[in-house]
Amino acid sequence: MYFCHRSVRCWMAITSLIVVAIAGCNAANSSTGGAKHVKLSGAGASFPFPLYDRWFSDYRQLHPDISINYQGIGSGGGITQLTNRTVDFAASDAAMTDEEISKVKGGVQLLPMTAGSIVLGYNVPDAPAGLRLPRDAYVGMFLGKVTKWNDPLIAKANPGVTLPDLAVTAVRRADSSGTTFVFTQHLAAISDDWKQGPGVGKSVDWPVGIGAKKNDGIAATIKQTPGAIGYLEYGFVKQAQIPVASLENKDGEFITPTTAAGRAALASAALPENLIVWLPDPPGKDSYPIVTYTWLLCYKQYDDPAVAKALKDVIRYALTDGQKISAEMGYIPLPEAVAKQVAAAVGNIKP
Amino acid sequence: MSTHQALRDPFEGIDLPRLEKSIYSPRAAFSSALSVLTGAMTLVAMLPLASVLAMLIWRGGRRLSLALFTETPPSAFSAGGGFGNAILGTLVMVGIAALISVPFGILAAMFLAEFGPNSKTASAVRFCAKVLTGFPSILAGVFAYALVVLMTGSFSAPAGGVALSLLMLPTVMLTAEEAIRMVPAKMREAAIGMGCTPTQLAWRVILPTAVPGILTGVMLAVARAAGETAPLIFTALFSNDWLYSHGRLNLMEPTASLAVLIYNFSGMPFDNQIELAWSASLVLVLIVLVLNIGGQIFSKRSIKL
Amino acid sequence: MSRHDVVAADRETISKPPTRFDQFVDRTFRGSTVAFAWLTILLVVLIVLQIAEKALPAVRHYGFSLITSTTWDSNRGQYGILPEIWGTLYSSILGLMIGTAFGVAIAIFLSQDFLPPKVELVCKNIIELLAAIPSVVYGLWGIFVVIPLLRPPANWLHEHLGQIPLFGTALSGPGMLPAALVLGIMILPTISAISRDALVSVPHKLKEAALGLGATRWETILGVVVPTASTGIFGSMVLGFGRALGETMALAMLVGNSNELSVSLFSPGNTLAALLANHFPEAGGAEVQVLMYAALVLLVITLLVNCLGAAILTKASARFSGITK
Repeated sequence: MYFCHRSVRCWMAITSLIVVAIAGCNAANSSTGGAKHVKLSGAGASFPFPLYDRWFSDYRQLHPDISINYQGIGSGGGITQLTNRTVDFAASDAAMTDEEISKVKGGVQLLPMTAGSIVLGYNVPDAPAGLRLPRDAYVGMFLGKVTKWNDPLIAKANPGVTLPDLAVTAVRRADSSGTTFVFTQHLAAISDDWKQGPGVGKSVDWPVGIGAKKNDGIAATIKQTPGAIGYLEYGFVKQAQIPVASLENKDGEFITPTTAAGRAALASAALPENLIVWLPDPPGKDSYPIVTYTWLLCYKQYDDPAVAKALKDVIRYALTDGQKISAEMGYIPLPEAVAKQVAAAVGNIKP
Repeated sequence: MSTHQALRDPFEGIDLPRLEKSIYSPRAAFSSALSVLTGAMTLVAMLPLASVLAMLIWRGGRRLSLALFTETPPSAFSAGGGFGNAILGTLVMVGIAALISVPFGILAAMFLAEFGPNSKTASAVRFCAKVLTGFPSILAGVFAYALVVLMTGSFSAPAGGVALSLLMLPTVMLTAEEAIRMVPAKMREAAIGMGCTPTQLAWRVILPTAVPGILTGVMLAVARAAGETAPLIFTALFSNDWLYSHGRLNLMEPTASLAVLIYNFSGMPFDNQIELAWSASLVLVLIVLVLNIGGQIFSKRSIKL
Repeated sequence: MSRHDVVAADRETISKPPTRFDQFVDRTFRGSTVAFAWLTILLVVLIVLQIAEKALPAVRHYGFSLITSTTWDSNRGQYGILPEIWGTLYSSILGLMIGTAFGVAIAIFLSQDFLPPKVELVCKNIIELLAAIPSVVYGLWGIFVVIPLLRPPANWLHEHLGQIPLFGTALSGPGMLPAALVLGIMILPTISAISRDALVSVPHKLKEAALGLGATRWETILGVVVPTASTGIFGSMVLGFGRALGETMALAMLVGNSNELSVSLFSPGNTLAALLANHFPEAGGAEVQVLMYAALVLLVITLLVNCLGAAILTKASARFSGITK
C-alpha cells in the first residue's frame, strides 16, 4: 500500500492532463490569427486611479482589441517601475524631478491628464457645512497651535455660528503619498512656520495628529472622531458625506471646492514647455487654494509600434471625450488651452 | 457455608457516597470552573468571527450572485461587474505558491525530524525557518520582485506565487516537522523491523500518519497566502482581464487577485466598488473554507488504516 | 543483498530485504531532503544578504543613531526607529498573550472530549475560519467595529484610572490596544490549530494512567497532557509570534503611525512592518536604504526573540523530561 493511493494517482493524472492541454493550447495559438490584441500595463499614483480606470474601460468598449491595465501603487512606485521598464507607462501626482528623468533611458514625456483639489473635511457636531477657515486657522490646526474649535480665529470668520468647546484632532496620512506632498506644499507656501517646521514632502514629521491609511482611512477616521479635521481628495468626502470647509484663498475670499473654483485656480498658471507646473497658492478671486495637476509618464521611444499607437490613441481620447466625465467623478477637467497643449505634446512619443 | 453466604455484597462495608465526586471539594470545583472558563473562552473567540462575517454579509452579501464569478471588475460609476478573474488569479497564484512551498517544506521537515534531527545542519535549518516566520509580507514581495519581476521584465503570476510561497514555507515546514515527530516510535520500529529502508518508512508509514498534522499547516499557510495583499502589489500588480484570452493562458502578465481587489476597491469612493470589495472578502473566506474541508476529506480518503 | 528465491515474495509486500533499486531510491530521497534543508539555509542567507546590501549605505551613515532616535523626517534626512521597535515588541507581546491565552484554551477545549466528536470538528473548522480572513479585512473590521467599540470603555478607564501609565492617554482612534487585539485574533487560529494537533497526539494511556490514579480532569490536563504536548504548543507560539512581528497590512491601518514612545495602551504608535508598508511604495533612494536597515533590525529582533524562546524552552523542558511518549 503506497502513500500514492489510488485517488491521489487519479488526481495527479487529471492535473497533468489539464496542464498538458493548456500548454498545448498555448503552443497552438502562439501565432495569433485574427485581430492583434494589444495589452498595455501601467502603474502609479492612486489619486487619479478611478478616473484612469474609467477612461481605459470606456476606451475598451470602443476598441475591444486594446486592453489597458492601471494599478495605483503610489507615485513613487510608478516612477520606479517606469525606470525599471516593467510597465508601459506610469502616473504621478508629483511630476518627476530632472534627476529622476535622467535615470530613464530614452527620455520621459510628462503629460498632465487631469487635476484635482484637496479638501478639508471635518466632524464638528452641530456645525454647518462649508465652515469658513482662515489660513492661520487651518495651518494652526495642523501645527498644533489652534487646539479648540471655538478658537477666536475660527469664530471671527464665522459670525452667527456657535462653535463647541471641542478639541481639534488633526487627521493626516499614515502612508507616504502625493496628496500629502501637495497639501504640505500649499501649507509651506502660506506659512513660514510650516516651511521651517515640518516642510514639504510625501511624508513629513507631523507635529500633531493621528495617522490613517489612504484616503478612505482618513474619511473613516474623520467620521468616527468628533472634533476631527483631515485633508483628502474631493471624491471621498462626497462618498462618505463629510462636510467640507471653505478655505481662504490668496485674495482673502472663502471658497468652497467646486469644479468652477478648481478651474479658476488652474487658469491662473500657464504650462511651460515641459508641461510641469506647481500651484501651491493660486491667485484669483474665485480660485480654490489647494489644487494639483496629475501627470501621465510615457517613454519617448517605444519598441513596439502597436503599443505606441494604442497609447497615443487612448491619451487623445482621454484629452477629449474623457474630460467630459472628469467633473462628475470629482476631478477638475483640464482647461481648453491646456488640453490642446498636451495633445500637441503627445506627438513627441515615437514611433 | 450455604450458597447464599458465598454471594456477598461486594460493596459491603464501603461508604458509597464518598466515591462520588462532590462539587464542593476544592479540586473538583477547580476542575469544573476551568471547564466552564475554557468553554466560555471558546465561545468568546468565535465572537470576532461572527462579527467579521456579519459585517461582510451585511455590507456585501446582497451582491452574492453568479455574476461575481463570471464578470470582470467594473470601473467607477458603472453598475454591476464581478471579480471572476480575481478569483481565478488567486487560485492560480496560491496554487503556484503551494506547489513550491509544500514539497519544499515537507522534504526539509523530513530531514529535520527523521534523517538528521540532531545535526548542526538541522539546528541551522530550524533557526532559519524561525527567522523566516517573522518576515514581513511586504519584504517577501520586494524579494520576489528582485528575483522574478526584474529577471523576466514584467509583472506576472509566477512572481506572485513565489512571493506567497516565501510566506507559506515556514508554517508548512515547522508544522510538518512537529507532525512527523508525533508519529509513534513503535510504528517506526515495526516498519524497520520488517526491512524498510528509511525512504520506504517515510513514504509508507510516516507521511500517511502525519498527513492530518501536515494538512493543518498547509491549510493555515494557504489561508494566510490567499489573504495577503502587500506581496502581490509588487509582483503581480492587477489586471481587469481574465488570465486566458483568445484561448491562451497568459501567466506572464499582471494578474488579478482577490486580496488586491479588496485593497483597491475598499479604498475607492464609489458605493458599487465598496460593496464588491466586501463581497470579494466573503467569497475569499468561503473559498478557503471549501479548500480546508476539501483537504480534510481528501486526507481521510488517502489513508487506509 | 539479492532477492532470495526461497522467499516467494509478493511484489507488493515490504517484508523482504531492500533491493538495489530500493537502496538507490533511498539514497536519492535522503539526499533530496538534505538538499532542500540546505536550500532553506541558502534562501534565508540570500534574503538577509540582499537586505543587508541595500541597507549598508544607511548603516554606514547613521550607525546606531537610527535605533536610538525618534524622529522620522525624510525631507531632512533624519530617521529614527526607536518608537517602531518599541511598538513592534509591545504590540506583538500583547497580541501573543491574547492569542496564546485563547488559543491554548480553545485547543484544550476542542481536544479533551468536552464535546461530542462531530461538534468538535465543526468548532475546529469555525475557529480555523478566522485564519481565512484577509488581513485587509481585519484592518477594515478594526476601523469600523473595534475602535468605536473600544472608545467608551477606554476613555472611561483613562478618566478614572489615568494615573496608571497603562491608561495614560485617551483613545482618539487608531492605537496600540485595537492593534494588539486584532493581532491576537489573527494569530489565534494558528496557535489553536497547531496546539490542538499536539494535544490530540498525546497517548491515551498517559491520560488514563493519571485519571486512574485519581486526578481530576483538569489536573490530568494541566499536569500530564499539556506538558507532554508542550513542544508542539511552544512551536505554535513561535509561529504565532513570528506572524505578529511581521504583520503588515492590518497593523498599518490600526496602529496610528505616530512616532510616540508610550506605555499607554491607548496611544497611537508604530511598528517596523507598518513603517515599511506605509513608506516603501513612495520611498526614494535614500529612504529605501533606511527602510532596509529597519527591515534588518526586524529580522534581528525575530532572531533574538527566537533565541530567547529556545532558551526558555530548554529550561522549562528540563522539568518535563521524565515524560516520554
